[in-house]
Amino acid sequence: MANVNLTAPAPDARNKKLAIILLCVVAGMVGLAYAAVPIYQIFCQVTGYGGTTQRAEDVAVGIIDREMGVRFTASVDAALPIEVKPAAMSVDKIGSKVTVVYVATNLSDKPVGTTAGFNVAPAVAGSYFNKIECFCFTEQTLAPGEVKEMPVVYYVDPELDLDKELDTIKEITLFYAFYAS
Amino acid sequence: MATATADHDAHANPTGWKRYVYSTNHKDIGTMYLIFAIVAGIIGGALSGFMRWELAEPGIQIFPGLASMVYGHEWQSAAAIDAGKHMYNVFTTAHGLIMVFFVVMPALIGGYSNWFVPLMIGAPDMAFPRMNNISFWLLPPAFILLLMSMFFEGPPGGMGTGGGWTVYPPLSTTGQPGPAMDFAILSLHIAGASSILGAINFITTIFNMRAPGMTLHKMPLFPWAILVTAFLLLLSLPVLAGAITMLLTDRNFGTTFFTPDGGGDPILFQHLFWFFGHPEVYIMILPGFGVVSHIVATFSKKPVFGYLAMVYAMVAIGFVGFIVWAHHMYTTGISLDTQRYFVFATMVIAVPTGVKIFSWIATMWGGSLSFRPPMQWAIGFIFLFTVGGVTGVVLANAGADRSLHDTYYVVAHFHYVLSLGAVFSIFAAWYYWYPKMFGHMYSETLATVHFWVMFVGVNLIFFPQHFLGLNGMPRRYIDYPEAFAWWNQVSSWGYAVTLVAVLVFLYTIVDAIMKKRPAGDNPWGEGATTLEWTLPSPPPFHQFETLPKIK
Repeated sequence: MANVNLTAPAPDARNKKLAIILLCVVAGMVGLAYAAVPIYQIFCQVTGYGGTTQRAEDVAVGIIDREMGVRFTASVDAALPIEVKPAAMSVDKIGSKVTVVYVATNLSDKPVGTTAGFNVAPAVAGSYFNKIECFCFTEQTLAPGEVKEMPVVYYVDPELDLDKELDTIKEITLFYAFYAS
Repeated sequence: MATATADHDAHANPTGWKRYVYSTNHKDIGTMYLIFAIVAGIIGGALSGFMRWELAEPGIQIFPGLASMVYGHEWQSAAAIDAGKHMYNVFTTAHGLIMVFFVVMPALIGGYSNWFVPLMIGAPDMAFPRMNNISFWLLPPAFILLLMSMFFEGPPGGMGTGGGWTVYPPLSTTGQPGPAMDFAILSLHIAGASSILGAINFITTIFNMRAPGMTLHKMPLFPWAILVTAFLLLLSLPVLAGAITMLLTDRNFGTTFFTPDGGGDPILFQHLFWFFGHPEVYIMILPGFGVVSHIVATFSKKPVFGYLAMVYAMVAIGFVGFIVWAHHMYTTGISLDTQRYFVFATMVIAVPTGVKIFSWIATMWGGSLSFRPPMQWAIGFIFLFTVGGVTGVVLANAGADRSLHDTYYVVAHFHYVLSLGAVFSIFAAWYYWYPKMFGHMYSETLATVHFWVMFVGVNLIFFPQHFLGLNGMPRRYIDYPEAFAWWNQVSSWGYAVTLVAVLVFLYTIVDAIMKKRPAGDNPWGEGATTLEWTLPSPPPFHQFETLPKIK
């Protein structure tokens, strides 16, 4: 057994090399798991996945004949001493720029900061729901006892009309979850 | 080679307890894995026994008392009833985690693979024997951590973690603030590290240490199955590790990966979990495919039908297994087109799986069959796995899943493929390789009794659960309406029958050890053609010091 080929790497060295490659694969997959966090966020924003709405500049995109109702709802974190009154339902021609107002009341005697998470249902409509202006873009602060009007300016993209999955949809619900911040 | 021989003389084989605790021998480590899996299996099975006992009749009978006894709540008080309800969920969670991570994986991957991958490819040992030791000895602490988690506070007023083996947030983050969940997470980390090290070891062994002349396309199907499994482990477990680390930091260090008020999304966890979780089910079944292929060929006295198709079917199952994860998430609001894709991709898996089932039947076709115990278990496996596969195709449909999601139909489905499929392959391998591993023969009569009692028992448990699920009985509840009483009771009788089968199994081992019937090098005759049968039974401590040549 002395006729070992001296030019080929010894089996131990080959094993170690392969093991190191495999360890790198493991490290890479852990990295990918973490990379999934920002990628997922971007993916949601781009595709409207999970009802993530779009953010738009004020641009005229044209109005079509089909009407779409938009319902407004809100929920408030149990630990947050504010009351939120959502805007009433608004039915408009698709493509119209609409302004509605949420009213938040600070029930406590301390200033309260809040941020709002949001999505729309049906989730597929997220990519067509464009917000031009929204209180949810920034943190809101309410002085003790303050009653604050918080506007949302949005339009529904007429492209929605071409989406077969949304053929039968007459209403979209916009939902805000108010969290302490 | 000269240096390797010198190394051999340099270290004496340790004896006594050191032989096992310090072991670097793949056969001893394999044996320890198998014993570990049997012990964990008995504990995990006992947990499910309490669940079936509770579910035998409508109403809440067993767990409040159990909670009083274990956690010291006042007998029959409201606190005891609440703690009992939570305890039921803790038992389902622990049962799932134990069976997946501490029974099926250690038995098939740690146990049989450590034993037989080196033997079947003609290698003297694993590539990294010391790492092999670490892989095994990480498991008992992981298991102990998981058991300990049942005795620490989970949600207020309850002990242990009751979020299911999928540990979805927010129940696993804000829902259960106590330390129980942290114990479970750390347990999974350690068990995962153990499996990743094992996977690296197997891939290196199979790639670099095959006997001269054994090309990959001549390698037996069991090492092939383990090679594919090891790659699945390598690619999927780190993602689980990442996801549960995020859970851990969300819980303890204020990160918000899965918390909406910080900009996170709980659904992201489900994507990460199932990116691991779906390959995981193939990790549990592929080694079983390998085992069953050998057994069917041996007892048909024919080489396995369509060897290359069998190999590439496993590779295909492994690959497609990574791109179907969201079929666990049809009800999370994914778009119609996404659902269409995942329905299609999921059903595609039925094709390579069908190739395998077909090839096993074709191997038996026209063969000289003998129905000795390993063959009984292997055929039992094929039958039960096919039943589970068919209900899997049903569940692959997003439309059907909308109604069946989280019902007992799903429970029946995955127990047919895992608890019946994978576990039957474990027993098949046990009766196939027992004489080789331990050098003596068990009573074939007892093994046959074990098979039939177990076969009747598990079918009694799980077949009625299809009916319960189709009628809308949801999973993970301690109680159910009167209408579900009958089939639940049948299911619980089935547990009693299965319990008898487990006792027969244990008695078979005792009987085999007491009687020590000599097994001979090859008890199965000319059909057993792989390399392990060329060695004595049990194989010498170090085998293949001159490597076998493969034609």
